Amino acid sequence: MTERLASILLLALTFAAFAAALWLYRANRGRPTLQALMHPLVTGPLMVSAILVATHIDYDQYREANQLFFFLLGTTTVALAIPLHQQFHHISRLFRPLIITLIFGASFAVASALVIAWLLGGSIETLISLAPKSVTTPIALGLSEKIGGLPALTAGVVVFTGVVGAVLGPLIFRWLGITDDRIIGFVTGICAHGVGTTRAFEISARCGAFASLGLGMTGALTAFSLPWLVIFFLD
Amino acid sequence: MNLLRGLAVLILFQGIGEGISHIAGIPVPGPVIGMVLLFLALQFSHTETPAWLGRTGHSLIRWLSLMFLPACTGLFFLPDISRDQWLPIAGAIVLATLLTLLLAALLMQKLMPAEGERP
Repeated sequence: MTERLASILLLALTFAAFAAALWLYRANRGRPTLQALMHPLVTGPLMVSAILVATHIDYDQYREANQLFFFLLGTTTVALAIPLHQQFHHISRLFRPLIITLIFGASFAVASALVIAWLLGGSIETLISLAPKSVTTPIALGLSEKIGGLPALTAGVVVFTGVVGAVLGPLIFRWLGITDDRIIGFVTGICAHGVGTTRAFEISARCGAFASLGLGMTGALTAFSLPWLVIFFLD
Repeated sequence: MNLLRGLAVLILFQGIGEGISHIAGIPVPGPVIGMVLLFLALQFSHTETPAWLGRTGHSLIRWLSLMFLPACTGLFFLPDISRDQWLPIAGAIVLATLLTLLLAALLMQKLMPAEGERP
């Protein structure tokens, strides 16, 4: 009975931490750089882990109690087909720029991360966990598991990538003088997945639409190519 | 009721995807296969996306950050990551993301037809 109660409390902890994180995020609306750093995916896990450490509950027990969310991540991955379908008419109109940027961006993101990590002395396990970094988390977690990485490390890597992309993206676009929200959206979606897409929807609806297109296409492309590439290189 | 209908369809595709991934033994995550199948189904159905499905999907995507909160918490509880791996991880993320953003944006700008122009 106490075990059941503990599970319910740990599930409630997730909701409570998320509500607090969302409040914190919205309270910083006027400060874009600070707000990107305060994304619920940064502050939420920080709050949960602080409470777990303080109460001496181990992560496995928390994870077990929150299986619901792990299942719904898969369901949400399936749901990404809906915006992808609704935005798909852009692809036929802008087929060449979108496909070329997608293939370049998605492969360069993986390749440059692996080369830099390798140069800095990363182990094989680190490299494998880094590989899905630019893919939206539900896909990246499944991928990391499939190719033998550490899913928990991959989850952190993906969030970190998203925050870096969402913070640095607008600065880079301003520096390059790019104002076309189709480019800003699509490139942010390729590089910074969900966090970047949330940010893109704040710029304009069209920017958000192109970001979800980039997010969905990068996810699909990487999910279907990365496992084979890893098998090819490791065997 | 609409929410239930939408969830039922999404979970059905998730299950089919998991089944195919498991039975065929291919290294692609089941939900991704489900996503592709649903996308193809929507593309070839030649009708508007049903409103109940669209609403369920968009609400799920809206709360994506809540759903991956437990997974991200795991980052703070990694027992077997040695200290010397943090520099390669952080360096790769910051530098690679910066480079990719920069080069992909420049490339796409080169390739895009001007605003308003019909390619």
